[in-house]
Amino acid sequence: MSTKHSIAARQFNEDADKVTHHDNTFWSVRQKRDRMAQALPEWEELRAAADQIKRHTVTHLADYLEQFEANATKNGVIVHWAKDAEEYNAIVLDILRSHNVTKVVKSKSMLTEECHLNEHLIAAGIDPVETDLGERILQLMELAPSHIVMPAIHITKEQVGKCFEEKIGSQPGNCDPTYLTHQARLHLRDNFMTAQCGMTGANFGIAATGDVVVCTNEGNADMSTSIPKLHIVSMGIEKLIPDYDAMGVFQRLLARCGTGQETTVYTSHFRKPRPGGEMHIVLVDNGRSEIIADEEHWQTLKCMRCGACMNTCPVYRRSGGYSYTYFIPGPIGINLGMLKDKDANYHNLSACSLCCSCDNVCPVKVDLSAQIYRWRQRLDEWHHADAVKKTMSMGMRFLFNHPAVYTGTLRMASLVNHLPSFMTNFRLNAWSVGHEMPQFAKKSFHQLWKEGKVRK
Amino acid sequence: MSSREDILARLRKNTRNTYDKPEVNIHGIQYDDPVAQFIHVATTAGGARLMELKEGDDLNAKIREAYPDARVISSNVPGVKADRNPDNVAEAQDLDGTDVGVIQGEVGVAENACIWIPQTMKEKAICFISENLVILLSRHNIVNNMHEAYRRINFNDYGFGTFISGPSKTADIEQSLVYGAQAARGVTIFLTSP
Repeated sequence: MSTKHSIAARQFNEDADKVTHHDNTFWSVRQKRDRMAQALPEWEELRAAADQIKRHTVTHLADYLEQFEANATKNGVIVHWAKDAEEYNAIVLDILRSHNVTKVVKSKSMLTEECHLNEHLIAAGIDPVETDLGERILQLMELAPSHIVMPAIHITKEQVGKCFEEKIGSQPGNCDPTYLTHQARLHLRDNFMTAQCGMTGANFGIAATGDVVVCTNEGNADMSTSIPKLHIVSMGIEKLIPDYDAMGVFQRLLARCGTGQETTVYTSHFRKPRPGGEMHIVLVDNGRSEIIADEEHWQTLKCMRCGACMNTCPVYRRSGGYSYTYFIPGPIGINLGMLKDKDANYHNLSACSLCCSCDNVCPVKVDLSAQIYRWRQRLDEWHHADAVKKTMSMGMRFLFNHPAVYTGTLRMASLVNHLPSFMTNFRLNAWSVGHEMPQFAKKSFHQLWKEGKVRK
Repeated sequence: MSSREDILARLRKNTRNTYDKPEVNIHGIQYDDPVAQFIHVATTAGGARLMELKEGDDLNAKIREAYPDARVISSNVPGVKADRNPDNVAEAQDLDGTDVGVIQGEVGVAENACIWIPQTMKEKAICFISENLVILLSRHNIVNNMHEAYRRINFNDYGFGTFISGPSKTADIEQSLVYGAQAARGVTIFLTSP
């Protein structure tokens, strides 16, 4: 029995050049992140502070939400609360309808992806235009993001060229990234000029001031909110931080961890509505207040969606975002997917070699790999354990509980070397896929030790 | 029960262990010469150009020198000869077509070339819609790192401010770095002395 992830990953791996390119792309981002980390003597101090601030905030979230709401309201912002995706979509639609909005310019928000807002708006006759270049490419191609920060990383420039040629009238055959980016600029500029509402996500909400902070490189969140008069912020309740002291820590970590830059080009603080405009913040729970009760997995709420865990993950790098069943891939996506729907998303638990690299790059120290390990311990109880692995594990348990059998078997192990390879490289033995099996030593370490042949 | 009450009650009921607020007192990186570091980051990773304005330099002549082909200049900075003024335009859309927007920066950050730009105009669109930006920044207002910056920034009644570190950019098509994604294609920082 294979998981959906392993089946999809196998397909992804059929194109060796594509896998190598994908792997190299993300490894280079990881290396840039390392250079950023090494350039700051206080790097680990920042991570420790980020972890402690988030621990504190998510375990005092109700208090901080009340403080944030009070400050935002005082600033003239209208605050809404949505317990789930359905209520969130209804609130947004209601605001848009009451302002006769027919077109919305949107900057990237994984929360709107989580709640399927776009589908909902389209069904209601409203055109949601994604304005992050990668997101726009995917929207025009009718595809989902394959990464939370670099959503269209898996698309080639030739594919973008063809899409733009068909959808926005760029020159046939021109797939120069600079040309295509500037074509998108013109196309999006038209949309910024005519949309009646701008929607953004929130990288951070600052309780002490009511600020919403949005970080982008393209400036699309700012374009979306400085031309239309109506601004709607969609914010998961876990995005809150206490104050500007905390903001300094997170601003320094976000871009360095996510893309290996010192900063995003724009770090924008939205505190009040524009002159003559309106600003709404929709605070969305959608399961987050249940996660806080989960003693093994509550720390996922500390995540600030930088993407560092997927950039470093050897399985993500070699299997791509679409191999996962949840819309957020990589180590954090494996855990969030399980929290959302374990029966739909247990498939992703196989997408981890427990190398723990994610734990070491996570800026807020989410215990990502330990969480994946803990989910795996419960697969059998949920009837999702792999039957073959279960049989092999039971065999191994027997072996390790019976020292005489173990020693006897080990003594015979080197005989396996003389078997023809089709007998060891069989399908039950997953290690043999893509490898030749290693040779067993003639004598075990135990035996060599007894014979005094092991020296310091 | 409203969703608000419902969410707050559930959070309070479901929270297990609580953690105290940490004392955040990071000793952020310090540079021997923060101005030199700022210039270095702004003109490399930031992708901006930098011009130093000396005592007695004519600001309008410098803008012309930086952007000789500019036809439409927008600004509300005192002393700048502008064709459009973000305080007077009827709508933000009226600033589209601006070749050069001239705006005032308040704090520069050496570690990442961020410049704090509080909204000081009716239409903040000028900071983003202009094809090119000239950002004025006093060399005396450059701090080492973001911790120092966040202790210095001010908000006014407009209630908006942004850190800008250079031209708008993207690498969304095959990781190729392209300047001029949705906002300014180019940024020139005018480092002033007073």
